[in-house]
Amino acid sequence: MVNKPLTKNIDMSRPPLDIAAFEAADGYQSVKAIAAGLSPADVLQLVKDSGLKGRGGAGFPTGLKWSFVPQGDNAPKQKYFVVNADEMEPGTFKDRLLMEGDPHLLLEGMIVGSYTIQASVAYIFLRGEYKASENALKQAISEAYEKGYLGKNILGTGFNLDIILHTSAGRYICGEETALLNALEGKRANPRAKPPFPQVSGLWGKPTIVNNVETVCNLPGILTYGVDWYHGLTKGNDHGTKLFGISGRVKTPGCWELPLGITIREIIEEYGGGMRDGYELRAFLPGGGSTDFMLPEHLDLPFDYDEVAKVGSRLATGTMILLDDKTCPVGMIGNLMKFFAHESCGFCTPCRDGLPWVDEIFNEFESGRGTEKDLQILHEHVDYLGPGRTFCALAPGATAPLGSGLKIFAEDFERHIKEQRCPYKH
Amino acid sequence: MSTNIIASTATKARPLTAAEISEIEHEMELYPDKQAVGLEALKIVQKHQGWVSDESMLAISKFLDIPVADLESVATFFNLVYRQPVGKNVILFCNSVSCWIMGCDGLRSHINDQLGVDFGDTTEDEAFTFIPVPCLGDCDRAPVMMVGDDLHRNLTEEKIDQIVADYRNKE
Repeated sequence: MVNKPLTKNIDMSRPPLDIAAFEAADGYQSVKAIAAGLSPADVLQLVKDSGLKGRGGAGFPTGLKWSFVPQGDNAPKQKYFVVNADEMEPGTFKDRLLMEGDPHLLLEGMIVGSYTIQASVAYIFLRGEYKASENALKQAISEAYEKGYLGKNILGTGFNLDIILHTSAGRYICGEETALLNALEGKRANPRAKPPFPQVSGLWGKPTIVNNVETVCNLPGILTYGVDWYHGLTKGNDHGTKLFGISGRVKTPGCWELPLGITIREIIEEYGGGMRDGYELRAFLPGGGSTDFMLPEHLDLPFDYDEVAKVGSRLATGTMILLDDKTCPVGMIGNLMKFFAHESCGFCTPCRDGLPWVDEIFNEFESGRGTEKDLQILHEHVDYLGPGRTFCALAPGATAPLGSGLKIFAEDFERHIKEQRCPYKH
Repeated sequence: MSTNIIASTATKARPLTAAEISEIEHEMELYPDKQAVGLEALKIVQKHQGWVSDESMLAISKFLDIPVADLESVATFFNLVYRQPVGKNVILFCNSVSCWIMGCDGLRSHINDQLGVDFGDTTEDEAFTFIPVPCLGDCDRAPVMMVGDDLHRNLTEEKIDQIVADYRNKE
């Protein structure tokens, strides 16, 4: 029984499977299932029943998102399916693995998603730096056209689909789905107001679904092996497997496909090999730079969306960043703030002006000039830049490590002020 | 990084090359309007010329019938579009959180010492331009950086010296 549907074909010591080898490993079976008679409504129901939640960070149910796309005679004829492959969340390195390791799986998922919402054009929005992914996808797309999985009248279904690979030119904000759509339209990548949501009015004003790479890679398995099988993959309340990653000072950092609901301890100790000798785990960000810090006391929690939310953080991308006891937490948060300040698109004032201010204050702490007043300003910014204060989720994302870090590492901030230096520097 | 104000003084577009035109026309088939091709055209021109000069901006503007101001608003937004000349090899140095934990600040200083450049600078011999880049998505092998299209992982000072020597020897 397949228990690692996302990575079963991935072996980074060799090139990815070509289309023949991919087909031999149950590849494109979901497209054949569609050709055998599954209607778009059937597929939508399967995806809803699967309980799949978006793997890009927000964790929104995929089937529900798709169901907002208007269908029927009065709906716009042109619809678009877009894959968000703009992986740039600090500490996140999972979509790269999927695209470099098994590009056909992504294409197969895109056909399923596009068919469900009846989109005849699908874009892959790939970050420009991912050259190996670009090459693997180009090759796979050309093979898929040759075999008739893309193009006109796919496998006699009457369904047409073109997949276009768009390589982007940087900027973290492009990962925000409406900013991504602006970038794809050749505009400055500022986020758009919502509503209207992209499902109704997205790319060039047409109904558009934007899904993360990993989300899309879940789709073929759901159709090929069934919803019951999919529900059997998990160890927790959320369904399916998830790519989990660890970076920081563990013995064997990496990225692994594991059942949702596995404990965090197991991931860090069994897969990450535990902390390197001489280092202890101090805290960790569970799913990229925009999540709240978690603590060693949380290690025995099942790692899934709900359990992580219960302790005030988010599973988000599932790629953990570990802070050890020899690394300055103030410096780590300062690094994140510099990132967010730099990547603010500049459109709304709190984010454009607030984040650089926060960044400046961290520079003061770093150089031993931080004061109690500075600390107070940082606390205030957790609110000023928080949810509801800004146009999009970038600055609220920054407040997650900032707000939780100010609480957890209060003593470290105080030491920077009292000792007028970073106590971690010798 | 220093902030440079771009003063556009060019009054004349340079002629686009046949290769540039053919690649831009290919992109025009993939998007429903010309505006969407603007960023693609900037990237194509940069691939051939190394960077996007004012003369190139005017050329793209004319070719696609997009106002220069619109193109400029895109060109200056995206960090992989270079509006100033860059060296033969661009070093995209990841300084995001995982690389920071694994010591990228020390490596930045090392590059600064060895090449005499900090973020935003180009070496005197124009071999390297050194710029920071958001998380390169290879965090389990941090610290990492790209040189041109190549990704270099698990960096150390010794490794960086070797990489720099290898690119210099390529010339």
